[in-house]
Amino acid sequence: MAERIEAAAAGVLTTTYDRIFDWARRLGVRPLQLGLGCCAIGAGGLMAVLDPRHDLSRFGAEAFRAAPRRSDLLIVAGTVSEKMAPLLRRLWDEMPDPKWALALGCAAGGDPYRTYAVTRGLYRVIPVDVRVPGCPPSAEALLAGLRELEAKMARPEVRA
Amino acid sequence: MSAPAVDPLLEALAGLGDAVESVRGAGDELTVRVRREAIAEVCAALKGEQGFTALVDLCGVDFPGREPRFEVVYHLLKPALVDPAAARRLRLKVAAGEGAPVPSVTSVWRAADACEREVWDLFGLRFEGHPELSRILLWEGFAGHPLRKDFPLEGTGTGASAAGTDGG
Amino acid sequence: MAEGAGEPLETGAVELSETVEAVEEAEAAVLLAPTPEPDGEAAAEPRGEEVELGFGPQHPAIHGVLRLRARVDGERIIDCRPILGHLHRGVEKVFERTPFADIVPQTDRLDFAAPATTNLAYVGAVERLQGIMAPPRARYLRTLFAELQRIASHLLWLAGHAADLGVMPPFFAALRERDRVLGLFDVYLRQYPGASGMRPGGLSHDLPAGWVEKCRELAGSFPGRLDECAGDLLGSRPWKKRTVGLGVLAAEVAVDLGVTGPALRASGVAWDLRRAMPYEAYGEVAFEVPVGRNGDAHDRCLVRVEEMRQAARIVVQCLDGLPEGPVLAEPPREGGGGSGESFQEVYHAVEGPKGEIGFYLVSEGAAAPYRCHVRAPSFANLQALPEICRGELVGDLVALIGSLDLSLGEADR
Repeated sequence: MAERIEAAAAGVLTTTYDRIFDWARRLGVRPLQLGLGCCAIGAGGLMAVLDPRHDLSRFGAEAFRAAPRRSDLLIVAGTVSEKMAPLLRRLWDEMPDPKWALALGCAAGGDPYRTYAVTRGLYRVIPVDVRVPGCPPSAEALLAGLRELEAKMARPEVRA
Repeated sequence: MSAPAVDPLLEALAGLGDAVESVRGAGDELTVRVRREAIAEVCAALKGEQGFTALVDLCGVDFPGREPRFEVVYHLLKPALVDPAAARRLRLKVAAGEGAPVPSVTSVWRAADACEREVWDLFGLRFEGHPELSRILLWEGFAGHPLRKDFPLEGTGTGASAAGTDGG
Repeated sequence: MAEGAGEPLETGAVELSETVEAVEEAEAAVLLAPTPEPDGEAAAEPRGEEVELGFGPQHPAIHGVLRLRARVDGERIIDCRPILGHLHRGVEKVFERTPFADIVPQTDRLDFAAPATTNLAYVGAVERLQGIMAPPRARYLRTLFAELQRIASHLLWLAGHAADLGVMPPFFAALRERDRVLGLFDVYLRQYPGASGMRPGGLSHDLPAGWVEKCRELAGSFPGRLDECAGDLLGSRPWKKRTVGLGVLAAEVAVDLGVTGPALRASGVAWDLRRAMPYEAYGEVAFEVPVGRNGDAHDRCLVRVEEMRQAARIVVQCLDGLPEGPVLAEPPREGGGGSGESFQEVYHAVEGPKGEIGFYLVSEGAAAPYRCHVRAPSFANLQALPEICRGELVGDLVALIGSLDLSLGEADR
């Protein structure tokens, strides 16, 4: 510890590659452009965090990517229907490692719709890192979830 | 107002003979029960002669206590752009069951195509003469017809995602 | 259904359409030397190589989970088949177990871009079923909310459509305006978190103090702001070249397919429920119904922009003519009373931003409906997609889907 402080004072920082990459990844997340349902464009949810009031770009996460191969975060906003579930699985599989998943609203638990057509929770389909419940979750809740996710990204040893 | 003239629609319905089983209600809620086998002819007549050029909706209702058990409900619309006061809605109903398929009205309105598929999907009622009667909202391999009253809300567990999930 | 068909209604058919030739002439007049056509046209010729392309359900330009299977030959679409159901949640079955008044917030989640108009259709159906009449103040306010919702929905459409076609300024401007409109809803609804405002019988609560002034200010400044947002798009030559003459939907085909809303009116059919079968306070306000001529994507877009302008006009009239009084009628009688049949039924529809949104309710007098079927405009409008895609280029698919303004939440239910 003492050596680190000395080195820092001399303008030298030591760290590991892993820490640098994790730092870069979590401050520049590339979510996949996928909106399933109301959580994507409702008053809470994805569209709301993009506006200047909540400003997702503060967290570096505003650059949504169109293709799963270029993204590292799957934000599932909306109800996961049983018909959609295998396709979500495929999207997840196509995303290269390291990757994370954030479930919003219905995807967090499926609660408002306990029906024959709904997968009650994204975790039944893919490993989920952070769940943000709510119908819809407020934009602040989504941002809080994203901060949780960033904290998780900083600790790769606990990744699901 | 002077004595109202006889409604030409009611006259036309009377002229369809035994294809029409009953006429109830009034105005926009005028409801006509039609004999199942005659539904396509009745619809064609209503479209061609009475101006009901739009099929607004076609859906099913399950009455488990009845025989036959289902009802197919058609909502027709006469837009009447030239004389707006003549615009009106009409509801047709057909009693149908599993062994008694309903003639398709896709030849009358193309709008019926997707709607009849939905009734097949959710109720299990066949439509004869439909170009391609397949599930539309649910997936192939789903067992059962969910909007039937005896189908449980939470389903019977044949999820498409049932295979190939390893949880989290 | 040509414009000469009989007396026009007071629809004020606005001169909206342009022809391909007019656009090209205007362009030629501006450019000094015409750009040589690249090999594009040759590439678009059919080559006898059919390929099946899948679009969606994850695709940046498909708004919502729509899956398409398109058969393409070279660059030309031969046929395109939409596959629905990826957002099917079984809401109609849920409604059979939900008390009438509790269904209102659930109808928000159908067309989630325009919850207020769906709410309006539903509460109107329940009121007809149970014989309740909402008080005049509630009817005016509900009309006002429906028109504000139409503005918000069309703004969202505008943002998405512009972004899809690469004209970025309207994306930000339209979302900013939409935020202002949603802010008005937010202030009204925030008093009772979770309530949707509309109830069978009227509204759950009256307006908070100061809301009328804010709304008037928004509606008054809206036309100017709309010009600012949409002006970039409507005046943009690339946008015109991409949409004029594209995806023509003939009037008879549109009616036959059950298409309603701006897509129908763009094909020249002057059918708008607010004018033809007025409900709420629409019989008491003056507005024009924009109607197109060519039925192409360009007309569908112009009709929506003009509808926003007219909606602002209706909002101002509703504010001016807002009667005093209660906003909720006497509580509905529990259980429907008989009219001779043990089951009562009703169908009620309103003109939503996407078309005719209707509810067919069957009730046996219980607390929950026996059957509640949603007539979703997007379900029918989607059937027009194969019609308008046939023969067009693959690159235009995005503009075509955008011009229909679909909501998968209501199509799939």
